Amino acid sequence: MSHEASHGHDSHGQGSHGSGHNPYLAHHFETPEQQFSAAKLGMWLFMGQEVLFFSGLFCFYAVVRFNYPEIFVAGAKALNKELGALNTVVLLVSSLTMALGVRAAQLGKKRQLPVLLFLTFLCGTGFMVIKGFEYTAKYQHGTLWGVEGYKGKGRLGMPASTMLGTHVDAHAGDAHATPSDQVAHAATRPPGTAPVTTGSPDRSDVPPPGVAPSGIAPEPAPKSHDHLLHGEQPANLHRFFGVYFGLTALHGLHVLVGMGLLAWLFLKSLKGAFNPQNFTQVELVGLYWHLVDLIWIYLFPLLYLIG
Amino acid sequence: MSDSHASHDLQAAPGAHEHGVGHVVPVKMLVGVLAALLVLTVVTVGVSYIDLGRMNVVVAMAVATVKAALVALFFMHLYWDKPFNGFLLVGSLFLVAVFLSFCMLDAREYRDTRQIIAPAALDAINALQPPK
Repeated sequence: MSHEASHGHDSHGQGSHGSGHNPYLAHHFETPEQQFSAAKLGMWLFMGQEVLFFSGLFCFYAVVRFNYPEIFVAGAKALNKELGALNTVVLLVSSLTMALGVRAAQLGKKRQLPVLLFLTFLCGTGFMVIKGFEYTAKYQHGTLWGVEGYKGKGRLGMPASTMLGTHVDAHAGDAHATPSDQVAHAATRPPGTAPVTTGSPDRSDVPPPGVAPSGIAPEPAPKSHDHLLHGEQPANLHRFFGVYFGLTALHGLHVLVGMGLLAWLFLKSLKGAFNPQNFTQVELVGLYWHLVDLIWIYLFPLLYLIG
Repeated sequence: MSDSHASHDLQAAPGAHEHGVGHVVPVKMLVGVLAALLVLTVVTVGVSYIDLGRMNVVVAMAVATVKAALVALFFMHLYWDKPFNGFLLVGSLFLVAVFLSFCMLDAREYRDTRQIIAPAALDAINALQPPK
């Protein structure tokens, strides 16, 4: 009992142990079935943990949406629905090629398996390229996470003031300004300058809103809903893009990890490493890939469709 | 053992119907599942163009859940798998529901105080920065 048979190695002939003649059966398992079930159980435990991991950001989504429903209307409009749908199709097709790949491995179709793994990898690449186009467009529109607001460039081509809920409306000089208006003006204060005394009727020293830091912006006034009709953006829209980038970036990271695993499987399959007695790795990577697909199935409508 | 196709015959020839462990899903079924998923994608995109008010969220989530179930049951083999694996998935989703529920309860408690909290937070930030 000098070494155990690791099912991960393509050691066809050298695995003659005392415990049996199956080179892929580790000595601490009774049967291949038990070994396979244990591996799958571990993978499902990991994936349950992944679901909980993602749930933190889904909770972020839910709370922000609950507090600011109007920014999800504007945000969904700002996203490219067609590209999102195309990405959904790409990912669904990749799930089929992955499932077919697992099938090919199970049946020992050694020429099919690398092709199917490669196709799955290609779909993953396609997904990331499309995502890249979307991110580039978001960057050009200045919606990238918290950066552009500091440059005063504004988001979605809008002045930063409207994005940050600091738009100066007709009531700006009104002595009867609401507390939220006062806070809005306080938010326009650039870092390092003296705080604006809340409630001061004299607002002439308020710097232009273009230099406003993106941070805590007060609740948008109810009238900001009217701005949607005129193509303007509601206050706090940057929060939507915080949710969007957080969720899609974590998902994209999972796609990249899956692509790495697929490349690894592809290289191994070229050497003929997998066969009906040894395909656990293909099966488990397949499960992971399907989970990534499953999360996207929820992300797509939540971010792109429901406004 | 719920998997009737599991074989202990370790000498099964590659390509033969006898195989190792796990369930081999027919190609027809896999392609059929993909077709259903694509149809549901078209449905959910189509419905998003119709204004159903609050029902939009319900419909979109219902369609997504059907799609997720198709993926989990057939692509991820849960239909033929040991029930415990499915239990792990459903269990984690249950815990997500608990997590979200309590967070939403909390968010509801504080929703009406945003007008108070945001100005107070700004005042606190102002106080931290020394005036020049």
